[in-house]
Amino acid sequence: MLRPRALRTGCVDLGPRGCQRVPCAWCARVGDRASRTGRAGGAAAAAAAAMGASQTRPEHRHQDLADRTGFSLEQIKNLHKRFQQLSGDEDTISKENLESIPTLANNPIRKQIIGAFFDKRNQHRGEAGSCDQIGFEQFLMVMSHFRPPTLKMTAEEKEAMRREKLRFLFNMHDTDNDGTITLVEYRKVVEELLSKSGSIGQEAAEAIADAAMLEVASTNVPTMGPDDFYEGITFEHFEQILKGLEMESRMHIRFLDVDTTTMRCGKSTS
Amino acid sequence: RHGHAGARRVCRGLLLLLVLVLLEGSVVFPLGAASSPDVDPRGHSEDRAVAEESQNYSKKAFPVLSLDYHHIHVPFEIALWVLLASLMKLGFHLIPRLSSIVPESCLLIVVGLLVGGFIKLAGEKVPPVLDSQSFFLCLLPPIILDAGYFLPIRPFMENLGTILMFAVVGTLWNAFFVGGLLYAVCQIQPGNPSDLHNLELLPCLLFASIISAVDPVAVLAVFEEIHINELLHILVFGESLLNDAVTVVLYHLFEEYSGAGTVTILDGVLGVISFLVVALGGVLVGAIYGFLAAFTSRFTSHVRVIEPLFVFVYSYMAYLSAEMFHLSGIMALIACGAVMRPYVEANISHKSHTTIKYFLKMWSSVSETLIFIFLGVATVDGPHSWNWTFVTVTVLLCLVSRVIGVIGLTFVINKFRIVKLTTKDQFIVAYGGLRGAIAFSLGFLLEEKHFPMRDMFLTAIITVIFFTVFVQGMTIKPLVELLAVKKKQEAKRTINEEIHTQFLDHLLTGIEDICGHYGHHHWKDKLNRINKKYVKKCLIADERGREPQLIAFYHKMEMKQAIELVESGGGFKPPSALPSTVSMQNIQPKKPAAAKPVQRALPQLPKGREEEIRTILRSNLQRTRQRLRSYNRHTLVADPYEEGFSDFIIKKQKIIELEKKIIHMNNLTLPAAPPDSPTLCRARLASDPQAYRPKRDSVPTIQVDLASPQSPDSVNLMDEFRANGSRREEEEDQGLTMRPRGEDGRREQLTRCLSDPGPSADEDEDEPFLP
Repeated sequence: MLRPRALRTGCVDLGPRGCQRVPCAWCARVGDRASRTGRAGGAAAAAAAAMGASQTRPEHRHQDLADRTGFSLEQIKNLHKRFQQLSGDEDTISKENLESIPTLANNPIRKQIIGAFFDKRNQHRGEAGSCDQIGFEQFLMVMSHFRPPTLKMTAEEKEAMRREKLRFLFNMHDTDNDGTITLVEYRKVVEELLSKSGSIGQEAAEAIADAAMLEVASTNVPTMGPDDFYEGITFEHFEQILKGLEMESRMHIRFLDVDTTTMRCGKSTS
Repeated sequence: RHGHAGARRVCRGLLLLLVLVLLEGSVVFPLGAASSPDVDPRGHSEDRAVAEESQNYSKKAFPVLSLDYHHIHVPFEIALWVLLASLMKLGFHLIPRLSSIVPESCLLIVVGLLVGGFIKLAGEKVPPVLDSQSFFLCLLPPIILDAGYFLPIRPFMENLGTILMFAVVGTLWNAFFVGGLLYAVCQIQPGNPSDLHNLELLPCLLFASIISAVDPVAVLAVFEEIHINELLHILVFGESLLNDAVTVVLYHLFEEYSGAGTVTILDGVLGVISFLVVALGGVLVGAIYGFLAAFTSRFTSHVRVIEPLFVFVYSYMAYLSAEMFHLSGIMALIACGAVMRPYVEANISHKSHTTIKYFLKMWSSVSETLIFIFLGVATVDGPHSWNWTFVTVTVLLCLVSRVIGVIGLTFVINKFRIVKLTTKDQFIVAYGGLRGAIAFSLGFLLEEKHFPMRDMFLTAIITVIFFTVFVQGMTIKPLVELLAVKKKQEAKRTINEEIHTQFLDHLLTGIEDICGHYGHHHWKDKLNRINKKYVKKCLIADERGREPQLIAFYHKMEMKQAIELVESGGGFKPPSALPSTVSMQNIQPKKPAAAKPVQRALPQLPKGREEEIRTILRSNLQRTRQRLRSYNRHTLVADPYEEGFSDFIIKKQKIIELEKKIIHMNNLTLPAAPPDSPTLCRARLASDPQAYRPKRDSVPTIQVDLASPQSPDSVNLMDEFRANGSRREEEEDQGLTMRPRGEDGRREQLTRCLSDPGPSADEDEDEPFLP
């Protein structure tokens, strides 16, 4: 049902500075679309689909997005609803919007999660740095890292998916985008992870990060002279140490698919 | 080859010997061997004997040696059986080639057949070894408790829906499909001489419900050997555990009504309600006892020796209580074990944890062995009535219904699952549906007068069990290889994986929250938070037991390294399984990080002081060596877990304290961060760096001790241990000044620890085990 997308997987293999110069039709026209459908509120997309010829463009765009992100149209509609709910019917979403989600307040790595949404590296467009606002397409792009694998995927596609997911995690850790996770960065990660567990957590964090780093170093570079220096975890090493985690089948969430059965049947024929 | 044959001969010899001993028990003392039913006549004869004896009292001399086998015969025979089982288990491990081809369960059944045959040959009555009383009350609980206590909760909960689907719907489907078709087959043969057509529908269904449940004992025995991946293992195994409720309800339902002959719709509804009561009630009873056990373990810190007992007794009570109400005892045990484990483990001492682990493993493996042997014995013994049609049809229907059931259910399940089950997975799930001794015992429970076909049922059940255990059990391993089904990865968890597991949990929860869709991760997170906030506070005594999982994992890892360190004789070893030369200094940033606290910079030491430190370190090293030698001398399989760790901690603390003292002494005004790296600073601890260079052949522990507390936070970490009590600190001081009394005392304590885990020895290991 979900078609393999050669473009996307190819892009993953090339890393963050990868290819894919798909013109962002969504961003360009997002303004006028919103002016028309924005009034309709949360049900914009669903309503638009039913409203007739003049409203077919969002449907097309959804199809376009579906092709590129691998989501189904239903999922995109649901995510779009949520996007508008978060942004308060704006076209773009800002960090404050996400920070105000009440359930997120308890999450120890909240900052990093939100940061990942505004990280340009996760957009597959070969840019680095972060932006202040993201549109729906970018939002969807980030979400697409959390799609589950499907039964029909070939081994290579699975591998590509795994790398893509790992790259996402790697980017979350590698805050300065230099291709390595340094000890300082790694300590920061563990510190954040334990930030909700009080003083014990803070004290233990550094020791844990050090031990973890040591483990990475000794797994990947077994022989080091006393004067050698292990600069940090590269992506290859990162892959190596997380081999056992089966990231491709674990890093996913269940995206809401309202009319599950009917929509799926409809989609597989389309 | 010679060795192989020799081993086999030895094994056979053992077997013969054992059987002889066993028979001797029955033959040589015919009085004793007459088993329990005819106690009465024996009792009379004894009375007579006593009477005679009293008459002739004056004539007889005092019996120097008398023989009263009957007095001990029940426990003696039990002990003999257990001995036989253990020796068999031992024997199979001596013949690795045989056990690599044939699963142990098959071999054990064969042994049981042989033993049964010998008993029969000797003309003795075979004891009803696998009757439901001994099976359900003694043999089964240890296996289930072992499974429940060490249940991998995470994959179990993640796949709970699928497991329940297979366990409930799958078993129901199997029961009705097999039962219905079996009845139909029986009906179409009116001319069959064996009056099969007299069989009613309800006994058929009853039989089918007995035979359709996958058996946890058989599954465990086979799946443990094929090392299949976690998902498949938990699917099949979880199904075998949870289908108990269905089996219990179906069994009682059909048993109840096969007398009446008709089942109305109301009965069906009552059956459904009864299923819910049986399943949920079982879980509830188990959970209550689990929480009770956890709560009790909160207060056991002064009576460490009986800690393991609480776990066993509470679990057994849960099982019995559930059985008392005809609830699902298996589910109660599983729930009890799974609920109590995290809390109990945080409360009890490390030794108790080891004890629990060993006892559970020991009991369950002996039980399992006995069950399979008994299956063999019961096969020889049982009254059989072989009916080709019935048996063949049963076996075929079992296979067919299992395959159809799994494929059909997976089709439905895959619509909801995110990680879909592939065709290979389905095949293994279907093929792994082994039947076992539970079915036999349930069949054994049937009463002859209500079920005239009981013997035929038992024969068919045994055939199905043998078929699944022998044919499927033996071929599943090659098939797994052939299909290249993903195996379980053996590697132990690394700290990086642990970090990322946690990270992923939070990340996925966060993403779900952003999506606004409250999925599994969201609820899991919520549950975790409640658990941390309220439940743990009630059930865990120690503050440290409540630390986050990641830190707990880290502590455990550190402990393991300490053990490795001690086991390797205090040699220089990096904290990694791999032989590598990477040490802390390779990953520490060379430039002085601004974040580094000032205290890290160690000042120069006066020469005398430094010499003193070195002597202390060296003497400590010697002491460790001595102790290690004492381990070796007595060839004790060292459980140096606690000893090693506390030793390690003490050493670490000494260094830390030393460092602090030095700082305190040398400079009241702390210097600013020095221009060179902390490593260099530490190297400068010795004014001649030669002595401190990590030469492996020279004094190695110095390197170890220095390498470990390198980061300032591990220092702080150690402070926690120090907070455990000032008593230990005093002890350390003794160690520092090397008073001989202190050393002797410790040694004494050590030997005590090894021989008898008395309470005084336990004072030393207040660290709870960290799961």
